[in-house]
Amino acid sequence: MTEQTTPENLGIGTDEWVAQHEKRLSRRAGLLGIVDFLNQKVSPLVRYLLLAIFAVGFGALVHNLYLLRIAANLAVFLALTLGLNVVMGFAGLLDLGFVAFFGFGAYAYALTSSAQLNQHWPTYLSVPAIVITTAFLGYLVSLPSRRLFGDYLAIVTLFFGQVFIQLIISSDSITFPGHEDSVDITGGSNGIPGLDQFKLFGYTFKTITDYYWLLLVVVALLLVAITRVDRTRVGRAWRTVREDPLASQSMGIKVNNLKMLAFIVGAAIAGLCGTIYAAIQNAVFINGFDMPLLTLIYAAVILGGSGSIPGSILGAFVMSVLPEILRVQNYSEILFLTVLILAVAALSKGWKRFGFNASLVILLGLLVKVISSALSLATTPTSTWAVGPVSKALKYWLLMPANRILWGNIAFVLLIALIANYSIAKERVKFYLLPLIAFIAIFVWEVRLVIEPNTTRQLIIGMMLVVLMIVRPQGFLGKTRVEVL
Amino acid sequence: MSYLGQQLVNGLTLGGVYALIALGYSLVYGVLQILNFAHGDVYMVGAFLGYFVELALGGPTKSFLPVPLMIFIMFAVSMIGTGLLGIIIERFAYRPLRKSSRIAPLISALGVSILLQNAAQLLFSANIRSYDTSSFIPSTLGFSIGDVTVDSVRLTVLILAFVLMFALSRWVNKTQVGRAMRAIAVDRDAAVMMGIDIDKVIRWTFFVSAALAAAAGVMNGLLLRGVSSGMGFVPGLKGFTAAVIGGIGSIPGAMAGGLLLGVVESLTQGYLSTNFSDFYTFLLLIAVMLLRPNGLFGKKAIVKA
Repeated sequence: MTEQTTPENLGIGTDEWVAQHEKRLSRRAGLLGIVDFLNQKVSPLVRYLLLAIFAVGFGALVHNLYLLRIAANLAVFLALTLGLNVVMGFAGLLDLGFVAFFGFGAYAYALTSSAQLNQHWPTYLSVPAIVITTAFLGYLVSLPSRRLFGDYLAIVTLFFGQVFIQLIISSDSITFPGHEDSVDITGGSNGIPGLDQFKLFGYTFKTITDYYWLLLVVVALLLVAITRVDRTRVGRAWRTVREDPLASQSMGIKVNNLKMLAFIVGAAIAGLCGTIYAAIQNAVFINGFDMPLLTLIYAAVILGGSGSIPGSILGAFVMSVLPEILRVQNYSEILFLTVLILAVAALSKGWKRFGFNASLVILLGLLVKVISSALSLATTPTSTWAVGPVSKALKYWLLMPANRILWGNIAFVLLIALIANYSIAKERVKFYLLPLIAFIAIFVWEVRLVIEPNTTRQLIIGMMLVVLMIVRPQGFLGKTRVEVL
Repeated sequence: MSYLGQQLVNGLTLGGVYALIALGYSLVYGVLQILNFAHGDVYMVGAFLGYFVELALGGPTKSFLPVPLMIFIMFAVSMIGTGLLGIIIERFAYRPLRKSSRIAPLISALGVSILLQNAAQLLFSANIRSYDTSSFIPSTLGFSIGDVTVDSVRLTVLILAFVLMFALSRWVNKTQVGRAMRAIAVDRDAAVMMGIDIDKVIRWTFFVSAALAAAAGVMNGLLLRGVSSGMGFVPGLKGFTAAVIGGIGSIPGAMAGGLLLGVVESLTQGYLSTNFSDFYTFLLLIAVMLLRPNGLFGKKAIVKA
């Protein structure tokens, strides 16, 4: 802990101190402060230009199809995040049916451009029609909750998402009155394969590279549009409504209309993303439009800072690259250890204590290893689990029990309990808890979590949401809100 | 006629389960004005606890205890254990956020929901388990009125649901904590000034809310539905809807909303279509929100900025 800064030891007058008060409140310590500083130094235009150069360069230089596909998915995800940022960040509406609009766009494109209903609409007709229809659907969904608060909107939209999924799954055998045979509309859980490619201005989009360029244009337009809207009367009014509906109502702002507008804009963006996504995938399946995607988009908006456009970009990058990294064991181990070491370093508050904690963790591991071999516990042979560089480095130190699932589960429960305890423990207890938690975290990761990447990803997202709300509810790049109590 | 009667019995049983979940939402909402999104997953934990108690007592067929006692222990252990989990969730995910914006606890609850669901998947694997009720309670037991049969499992669930609801309304109306809870729901600041220990009341609220969800979870298991880590989402959504239909924050509203939802769902499944039952429930929700935005039993909300 550094010495407390007071007017006296700064050697300035109190008035100056008071004058700097606001500035001091907004300044952050440590690494985040440096990020803030850089953030302020580089103008937004330069930042977006750098981003654009990077994106164009990526498309021009990279010919690896796998990487391009990830990049295209990232662009779709980024567009979705920007859309949700309008609904949730600008207007403060908890729209839990957002992915249903995405799914609606995708399915609408699939139905109008495949052999399923034998419809092959031209792209310049189908895509605008779908975007308008999705917007209208958004209008309909927002109707019943127009006079009500966020909570009611949340339940209606969440239920809407559920109903959408059920309707799609069940619409594979519908009997119309007067007809004998049942009609398969949506393909049920089998989805609809073999969609038409986009065809714009006489050009057919064939490869993923084509779609990458298309998405780049779409995202760029979206970014410009949203940034502009944010500065218009509507954008300002949205923010006012979010902060204080009652006050904005008395200022003559039509609160309900503005909320619905935000909702509709979000739905339209999601619908547009849906059409492109369907064309890229060349097929639609209902399980792509379920809760996991919704939580991922929410995590992206919240992580970056809801209401902040650079925040959405950052959040979308993190939340779409993270799952790709976690999928490969070698990368996920490196990422996990890096984050763990950084976290321990940050929580240690000082290099000396960090060194102490690190050596304690190493000692703990050796101790467990020695005790277990003294008791001759059954272990998994190292050749079967030590595959990546990290686990190879860890194999002399870490105990890998034979029954990975059992011991991993026990340690997992213990880890959760210790982390919860840590958040309310006294300073002195925290001192001893930290190395213990770090050790058990490594153990749980290597023994249990590494073999279940999907569950691990979800656990990380869940944990992140809770911790973020407690530690930094405005996200990384969001602004602190002034709460009127 | 008998078909209708049978559907009504099924609907009431289902409605009892929904009502217990809805009560949990309403209790928490009344005190903290937050929607506990993790409630459906708390229900899932309750169902799992009941399942493991059943296993610990020797499994469905080889239990060394008489069946009523075994069911009682399943309910008791699951409700107490899950109730404690409710207290823990409140302590770590909601209490630090009590003074923050309205949206922060909602997001935190979403996080807890994801955590619980995936922790359950990690610990208990993705397999669907079954209480296997029919092997210790024969389905022939029960009684019939005319053509309508009420088998013993349904009867147990119905009676238990109503007993729990009755006990809850006694608790809210007659005990010190219940009175304090109502006082906080009316005006939190005034309640604090009257010397009410708000932390204690909130702890109790979360305990009772989670315990009711656990009871609903065990009932769900007894009714021979599968127990799995993802089972909480849909009942949680339905319970939430029932609470909104009845008027969120209102206890009789939650009971009525739950029963109504169960009956409507059962009737639409019986007469219209099984595949689109959620759709009809959604229409009911929309209709209620358009015609009576504060729910059937809700008072007109006074918004304080």
